[in-house]
Amino acid sequence: MAKLNTQYLGLELANPLVPSSSPLSRNIDTAKQLEDAGASALVMHSLFEEEIYCEEEHLLRFIHQQSIGYAEADSFRPVPENYKGCLDNYLEQLSRLKSELDIPIIASLNGVSLDGWVLHGKELQQAGADALELNVYYIAASAEEKSDSVEGRYIELLQELRKHVSIPITMKLSSQFSSIAYFAKLLEQAGAGGLSLFNRFYLPDIDLETLQVKPSLSLSSSNESLLRIRWIAMLHGQVTLSLAATGGFHTVEDVLKALLAGADVTHMCSELLQHGPGRISDIIAELSTWLDEHEYESVEQLKGRISKQHAIDPAAYERANYLKVIDSYSSSPGILK
Amino acid sequence: MTQSLHTTIDGNQAAAMMAHLTNEVIAIYPITPASPMGEWADEWSARLQKNLWGTVPYVIEMQSEAGAAGAIHGALQAGALSTTFTASQGLLLMIPNMYKIAGELSPTVFHVAARSLAAQALSIFGDHSDVMAARTTGFSFIVSNSPQEVLDLALISQAITLQSRVPIVHFFDGFRTSHEIAKITTIDDAVVQQLISDELINEHRGRALSPEHPVLRGSSQNPDIYFQTRETVNQYYDAMPDTVQEIMDQFFGLTGRQYHLFDYVGDKNADRIIIMMGSGAETAEETVEHLAELGEKTGLLKVRLYRPFSASALLSALPDSCRTIAVLDRTKEPGADGEPLYKDVISAIAQDVSGAQTRFRTMPKVIGGRYGLSSKEFTPGMVKAVFDELRHDTPKNHFTIGIHDDVTNTSIDWDPAFRTKANDAAVQAVFYGLGSDGTVSANKNSIKIIGENTALYAQGYFVYDSKKAGAVTVSHLRFGPRPIHSTYLIGDGDANFVACHQPVFLERYDMLDKATHDSVFLLNTAESPDTVWDTLPGRMQQQILDKNIRCHVIDAYDVAARTGMGKRINTVMQTCFFAISRILPRADAIDAIKQAVEQTYGRKGQRIIDMNFRAIDETLNCLHQINIPDKVNRTTKKTALVPSDAPRFVQQVTAEIIAGRGDDIPVSLLPVDGTFPLGTAAYEKRNLALELPVWDAELCTQCGKCPYVCPHAAIRSKLFSEEHLKDAPASFKYAAIRGKDYPKGMQISYQVAPEDCTGCALCVDICPIRDKTNASHKALNMGAQAPLREQERKNWEFFLNLPEYDRTQVKTTTIKGSMLFQPLFEFSSACEGCGETPYLKLASQLFGDRMVIANATGCSSIYGGNLPTTPWTTNTEGRGPAWSNSLFEDNAEFGLGIRVAIDKQREQARELLLRLKEDIGDELANTILDADEVDEAGIQQQRQRVSQLKKGLCNLAQSEAQTLTSIADNLCKRSVWIVGGDGWAYDIGYGGVDHVLTSGRDVNILVLDTEVYSNTGGQTSKATPRGTVAKFSAGGKPTAKKDLALMAMGYQDVYVAQIAYGAKDVQTLRAFLEAEAHAGPSLIIAYSPCIAHGVDLKNNHRQQQLAVDSGHWPLFRYDPKRAKKGLNPLHLDSKAPSIPYRDFIQTEARFSMLWHTHPEDAEAFLTVSQKEVTERFEYYKRLSEIPWPAAEETQEET
Repeated sequence: MAKLNTQYLGLELANPLVPSSSPLSRNIDTAKQLEDAGASALVMHSLFEEEIYCEEEHLLRFIHQQSIGYAEADSFRPVPENYKGCLDNYLEQLSRLKSELDIPIIASLNGVSLDGWVLHGKELQQAGADALELNVYYIAASAEEKSDSVEGRYIELLQELRKHVSIPITMKLSSQFSSIAYFAKLLEQAGAGGLSLFNRFYLPDIDLETLQVKPSLSLSSSNESLLRIRWIAMLHGQVTLSLAATGGFHTVEDVLKALLAGADVTHMCSELLQHGPGRISDIIAELSTWLDEHEYESVEQLKGRISKQHAIDPAAYERANYLKVIDSYSSSPGILK
Repeated sequence: MTQSLHTTIDGNQAAAMMAHLTNEVIAIYPITPASPMGEWADEWSARLQKNLWGTVPYVIEMQSEAGAAGAIHGALQAGALSTTFTASQGLLLMIPNMYKIAGELSPTVFHVAARSLAAQALSIFGDHSDVMAARTTGFSFIVSNSPQEVLDLALISQAITLQSRVPIVHFFDGFRTSHEIAKITTIDDAVVQQLISDELINEHRGRALSPEHPVLRGSSQNPDIYFQTRETVNQYYDAMPDTVQEIMDQFFGLTGRQYHLFDYVGDKNADRIIIMMGSGAETAEETVEHLAELGEKTGLLKVRLYRPFSASALLSALPDSCRTIAVLDRTKEPGADGEPLYKDVISAIAQDVSGAQTRFRTMPKVIGGRYGLSSKEFTPGMVKAVFDELRHDTPKNHFTIGIHDDVTNTSIDWDPAFRTKANDAAVQAVFYGLGSDGTVSANKNSIKIIGENTALYAQGYFVYDSKKAGAVTVSHLRFGPRPIHSTYLIGDGDANFVACHQPVFLERYDMLDKATHDSVFLLNTAESPDTVWDTLPGRMQQQILDKNIRCHVIDAYDVAARTGMGKRINTVMQTCFFAISRILPRADAIDAIKQAVEQTYGRKGQRIIDMNFRAIDETLNCLHQINIPDKVNRTTKKTALVPSDAPRFVQQVTAEIIAGRGDDIPVSLLPVDGTFPLGTAAYEKRNLALELPVWDAELCTQCGKCPYVCPHAAIRSKLFSEEHLKDAPASFKYAAIRGKDYPKGMQISYQVAPEDCTGCALCVDICPIRDKTNASHKALNMGAQAPLREQERKNWEFFLNLPEYDRTQVKTTTIKGSMLFQPLFEFSSACEGCGETPYLKLASQLFGDRMVIANATGCSSIYGGNLPTTPWTTNTEGRGPAWSNSLFEDNAEFGLGIRVAIDKQREQARELLLRLKEDIGDELANTILDADEVDEAGIQQQRQRVSQLKKGLCNLAQSEAQTLTSIADNLCKRSVWIVGGDGWAYDIGYGGVDHVLTSGRDVNILVLDTEVYSNTGGQTSKATPRGTVAKFSAGGKPTAKKDLALMAMGYQDVYVAQIAYGAKDVQTLRAFLEAEAHAGPSLIIAYSPCIAHGVDLKNNHRQQQLAVDSGHWPLFRYDPKRAKKGLNPLHLDSKAPSIPYRDFIQTEARFSMLWHTHPEDAEAFLTVSQKEVTERFEYYKRLSEIPWPAAEETQEET
């Protein structure tokens, strides 16, 4: 039977299936179900910068500075001596997960500014996180901002976080960079231990009745995995970073392709939300069967076998691939049609 | 003696600390200025803070002070150590139980923040009217004059009551002491333990009602023994003064602070003495000390134990040399030949002089005077004036000091410039800020920093104005090496430091009047240090030169914005104060501010701490002293506060109060019975808005929603014909009327009142029309006020002068139509975005010309009737809502009384009409008697007929004709409205509401339901929903909101509606029209978003929608008229809950806070609440679907 173990961010994992940041980690029961089903590690739901700020501002406005300067009413709500914020809740949940689960727990920080929130990484480390995922989703909307300054933000954030924590940090990126491979190298130099490719976004949608713009997020499909597979294949061998494939991984086939391209782990979210934590054990069984049927000894053996470096036709991962797709619609020269 | 520690707290907190430490049951009810005592007690118990015996006291909120007193009576009878806190009307409501508690010799201490009583008007401020009204109850009265004394005498009182068995009212002056922050010495628990005897507590418990040793107490007695049993208690009262002194002496032994029944200060051989009690005695003491230094033989006798009144202690405390005495009372007893303390003193001396062994051979001259009613300032100059009066051969008796009485000439003059030297070594600082800019909280913080980090004594007192939106605060802070006894404001020429936190105040207040020579002026301004001089008013420039004032400027809003603090300037301004006042070494001061920031935000917000630290550091970089030129380069332009054509009363009184000169208004100019004119809010142009709504006339579909939702009636619509436009200003906007309801060619305008708008933007929020090419552009959009102000002021004036559209031609049942009626409730002082006022404004539009309003005390009585102005106004015919506030607890009954009086007079008028029919003419009489007043046309016709009748009656000689003339107006329709908040309707006034609902009378009860006591600061009411974090429910209210509507529907003949105008405007309109049309009692329960909910009120409409969609606030109307038609009277106007209850409550801090403090409870409450809203809707739905048998008369008709 093939060995499924893999290494990711320096962590020894039993297999390459790691549930990604999702609401499933908010509940200890579902988190335990994930572990029982075979998840080899768990990325926690994200601690959002906006959530922390929003809560702080909310508490300032409505608790700490609620006075309107009126003689009869200096305040309207009691000011508690102590209270829990979203950071406290996150840390508590992290501690609970650490004590209830045996698999490594990767805490996830999500934000864009350099404004202090990143320091919370230290508290996450103290609470037992085995690694950190830094999810920087920055929208470079200004025509005045150059692409290198956008990349500079990511590097600065990573460096700042690196200063405060000793555990491995993986950067979860979007695909929207002009030179992903070069940028990956920069991140490696700045102290990243891994890359997680790619983030899926909340996308603004337009409500046709109210004409309001509203956020939307739909579950992924396997189609989306192809973009990730391509870039993992490209990066494998060019950087020494751990690579995680995330976004659109639903089936054992998706997982196998990612591993073949060079991923150390594949994340999974939509599939688990749709079909429950137990789905992991099915995929692990299928993975194991596939490896055996194809006479692979281990996942390690499989990893990166069809990366750009090792692919039969490396150009297929580049622009030539585009031509091939178009070409697949034209018929054989020998047929009159 | 135990080691002394200091703390800086106010009088309320001091009382609450001792009360919580030494009691087991605390019954509370909110009332200004005593509410904070209950809030502290509740908060400490919620935090499981234990009392002296290691157990957490129970704190229970009652439905009224009467209820609280009843609960305390019961708790005492059951043997618990029990207390309560109250003031003013609250104490009055406790009086019946106080007689009982005293009659049964039950030991307790009631802590009272003494406050004026409602007479010609309510006042929240301090005097002794309330405690004097309770002095006959048999309670003992012990008075504290300062926060230190409050702490000390609260403990002493507790010890005394246990020993004497006589219950005690421990009182101190509302606001001046209850809200003054002072550095005081704390009392160690060990001291408390030594003073409070466990043995006496056990004796109290031994007297408790118990089935183990049952007794009968509270019997009914008859002529045979009632009298004698009443006399049985004498021994306890006789013994009490000695007990009090013993305990005071014991306290001295433990703490070094000595009190006596009467404390004398001053010259040992004084010939002129003042006797008084309360905070004013502090000022008198300071003055006596000053006069002694000048060689004047004056003295002060401070009363500590007022009841039982110990004549012997009083006499022995007076020096032999005493020749003349002035007794000062802080109360008014109209019709009496002197106020209570005066009469007690004169009686004590007279009894002595007429006795066998006399203290005085000849009767000293004793005069009595009144001072300080409703926190009127009481200054050293006034004390000096009283002493000066005592020099006269025939000093004025029954005098007043502090006012100008030019009618009965009671007042004596004083020298406002007189000063003592008490504060010569102190720093006196005055800060002008906005209520919302954090000035007060920053100053409270500064007092703590100085009080607790230095050896200096500190005092802080805060003056608030009467507005809720845009309130101005003036903070008076003193710091000095000696204890501070100055219980008066920092006066003109006294302040070493003056700070102006808002540049708009430069033109509004003469702030540097307060500044002394060589003082410091701190100004927050966007002007640079080089140019700021040119922006200062000429008068201010002159004062800076004359007084050699150092001026420092900071652009606090810029620093705050740049350092991430947003619009919060409190830290910036506090840093400036410490940086330039030099009270502490600069570096120490900055460290102390930073420490305070860390203490406040702790580890909860490192970012907030960093932000504050950045702001502090950046402030020091941006604070500049300006170079003062050697001459004035501006003149001061004083603009008239009210137009020159305003009525005389408005010019002489209203404008003077607005200008802050109300203290100078003489008695002769004021009304004798509390009656004031309407329409005065329109004179007070407050210019609060930074942005105004700007109308796009072309895009607008004229739906009328914007004036409908405006809380301040600052955007209005008017319909007029084109001919009126010939003199219109060029920028005046209008559009041809759309739709078929009005004649073609008519024009409509939606116009903003630029100087009255508060900038809440709710009109823009509700506007449903968006530009087809630019979705961000609506038919109403906000634009900067400053460039629009002048133009729109002229447009507004033109708009006002356009004629009102004929009310009979308006389609009332549409929003657009109803908004063509003139609002007769405008520009109130309610909060920006208030959720209550749109309902009142709507009622005033629909029925204002025929309304009489009984208004319960609360927010609506404050923004409706707090002087100087009122938003209630009249139409061009002079008609408008007649408004009155009786009390908090009696409003339903008050309104019913009005209805009954109108009905009686109407009935009498009809009887007289019949009797005088021949003289009046059959036709006129009959048409009046048979008038149909269901619509505007009918109402107008009746008014014309009654007018004709009154003219005709002038020619008749019969006395009955004169009688009919005096009551004929009642023949016209009168719409009686009983208005109040949920605290009134659900709690304190519920008994009355319930009774009125059963009366069958034609009254309309409007409950403005904010689901909390809003006016007194967010205390829980029975309208508060489950899981709400409110004061008195810090752990989340565990019980459901009372379903007042369902209870009222049970009566069947009551019209009931539950409405939320921001969720369904037409339903609200219909409810008002139907309620008023219903010939019996109507109850409208109106959902009213409030700042107490912990959500910005720019979301007012969204919150209403969420409340309705989540099922929290189902909309319905129960109309008994429908039953008569064979229809189910209940009609649901909202659908089944369509969003999770969580989605509603997580948007408001009143609910969401519980997830931060008690997350498991919050989830549990949510589960129950979700079930409740679903089931309630289902229940209502089923009720509304029950087939209804047609009424008999209807069946006959069919």
